[in-house]
Amino acid sequence: MKLLIKNGRIINPASNMDAKGDILVIDDKIAEIAEKIETKADKVIDAEGKWVTPGFIDLHVHLRDPGFEYKETIATGSRAAAMGGFTTICCMPNTSPVTDSEIMVEYIKMRAEREAVVNVLPIGAITKGQAGEELAEIGKMAKAGACAISEDGKSVMNAGLLKTAMNYSKMFNIPMLSHCEDKSLVGGGVMNAGVQSQLMGLKGISNDSEDVIASRDIILAENTGAKLHLCHVSTRGSVQLLREAHARGVNVTAEACPHHFTLSDEAVTSYDANTKMNPPLRSREDVEAIRNALKDNTINVIATDHAPHSIDEKNCEYDKAAFGIVGLETAIALGVTTLVEGGYLTPSQLIEKMTINPARVLGIDKGDISVGKTADIAVIDAENLYKIDASKFESKGRNTPFDGYEVKGKAVYTIVGGKVVVEEGEMA
Amino acid sequence: MLKSKDVLGLRDMSKEEILEILDVAKEMKMRIENPQLRKPELKNTSVITLFYENSTRTKTSFALAGEYLGATVQDLGISTSSVKKGESLIDTGKTIDQMGADIMVMRNSYTGAPHVLARNVNAHVINAGDGANEHPTQALLDLYTIRDYKKNFEGLKVAIIGDISHSRVARSNVFGLRKLGAEVTLAGPSTMLGGLGKLGVKTTSSVKEAVTDADVVMGLRIQFERQKTVSFPGLSEYRELFGVSSEMLKYAKKDVLVMHPGPVNRGIEFTTDVIDGRNSVINIQVKNGVAVRMAILKLLMTGGK
Repeated sequence: MKLLIKNGRIINPASNMDAKGDILVIDDKIAEIAEKIETKADKVIDAEGKWVTPGFIDLHVHLRDPGFEYKETIATGSRAAAMGGFTTICCMPNTSPVTDSEIMVEYIKMRAEREAVVNVLPIGAITKGQAGEELAEIGKMAKAGACAISEDGKSVMNAGLLKTAMNYSKMFNIPMLSHCEDKSLVGGGVMNAGVQSQLMGLKGISNDSEDVIASRDIILAENTGAKLHLCHVSTRGSVQLLREAHARGVNVTAEACPHHFTLSDEAVTSYDANTKMNPPLRSREDVEAIRNALKDNTINVIATDHAPHSIDEKNCEYDKAAFGIVGLETAIALGVTTLVEGGYLTPSQLIEKMTINPARVLGIDKGDISVGKTADIAVIDAENLYKIDASKFESKGRNTPFDGYEVKGKAVYTIVGGKVVVEEGEMA
Repeated sequence: MLKSKDVLGLRDMSKEEILEILDVAKEMKMRIENPQLRKPELKNTSVITLFYENSTRTKTSFALAGEYLGATVQDLGISTSSVKKGESLIDTGKTIDQMGADIMVMRNSYTGAPHVLARNVNAHVINAGDGANEHPTQALLDLYTIRDYKKNFEGLKVAIIGDISHSRVARSNVFGLRKLGAEVTLAGPSTMLGGLGKLGVKTTSSVKEAVTDADVVMGLRIQFERQKTVSFPGLSEYRELFGVSSEMLKYAKKDVLVMHPGPVNRGIEFTTDVIDGRNSVINIQVKNGVAVRMAILKLLMTGGK
């Protein structure tokens, strides 16, 4: 099977390539990259005016299977990923039962094999049942294919246990993805603490609830030498902590989510729970700090924290509503619109944070479309202005504050291992 | 004329709307005092009260306000309703809506719950208190009471003292008083002041500073039910540092109004001699509450969109 992608702007940050050219895919591998490739192919994609990039990698996705299949399944979540240009997604362990054992990792892999249209890499929990009491079987999970460990949705509050987990996970060369939140400082908050929460009369979540744990985790990573990655950084304080850690040479990376670099808490105006997520939309100063941290690479990864919920879990009292929004089908649009059009990142820098950088965090051979690599490819239309329409999402979740938003940036083709799964912006 | 279908809070209400409600309430108050003046203007109007939180004054006040205007008032006893079977707020609202309710009066422990209800029903929704957000009819009756005694608001010094961070009464009053030109100082333990200072009012932990030269001293109940963690060491310390006694009241203007939305924790926020003293209008506030609620019911049914 020969697939030829012609006339695109090939952006492959892994090889510092940003130039017009053709890519030839034979079976599941990149066979050739050149300015012009003249060959007979089974399928030709004209990518004139489009970006041709490695398929995106999302370190932070909730697929909800097992336990919450009414919110999302591995099938629907993977289709949403494909629609967003993602070819590899890492799913968080806050399932029911929790993904804290070899058998659970095997289950997700089996399900993904059967029904996913993109690569799905399970993330194992740090502690059994995410209860924060005893270590989960990190070694067995890593051997079974867990790409990382994380307690996502909460922090391991026992610092001694967390330090042991860091020391232990080093043996398996997998990163720890850390959700930084001290619940005792959150105190039932539902949105960012600030002028807007005062106007709305909603209980605020202060920045320090994130900052104190980010600080603790960085110190522990520094002392253990573990690979630490901070999830969904939302505060200027965390950014400052990361900068200082990098200056000391600490092995810590970080991700930011599209909603955190696009919207501030001023978007919370109507008790519509589609603006409710954890960490919350922060102040304008925090948003600016996140954008600048992406610009100077203090934050090197963009991840979605795709968190689908049913309509009933969102269309209710703000305090009662579930935290989280979907993100797979809007990520590239917000990246292009906010960061590239906004002058914070070049297209190549944006793509780097969605491809090779997350691959390096995991230590996997992906996110690169050099010759010989697996043909995980996205073709992006970064020019056409369009309105986000949540009703058209492949995800079961429609919970997004971006419905109706005018944006640029859409995946028109997604190719996974040489197979076209999205064609002309529709599921193939 | 009210601009919105619902009365959800003073944050989004204009100065003109506030003053109109107070004007209409003035006429309504005469009807409370003199039954001969009562007219069944809201005959064939149905009012349903939905109280997800306890209430003595607000619920009864709405019920009587409706009856004095000839409306039918029904209470959905939340504790004996399908809410206890897990029915969602929106479903409960739509059910009542189908029965033809014209006005729903709701109190709920969740901020924004009346806004969610209002979006989902045709009936007018009146917020009778939502979480720690707003309690607009309480603030309106407070404003009515203040205007009754002080005539206007411009330059008036109002001290609100107590558990500010959990108080929807304080918040609605801050929004209303500032729109009308009063100077507001909030006083309480630093752990209970919340972030209302961010909205442009003065905050202090010195009760004396707040009370000095005040035209109005409003006390707030400590809301033990809304405290996730205890914000002060104990009642005895609170009483000593933040309670208002008649000694403390001497720093205020001579004709200071002593107000409290009730229920009062006697001897904690205010000493008993302050509660029952000659400057206290706490009981008059209750009567004014019925008048203000009559005004709102009437304005919603005759002019609200």
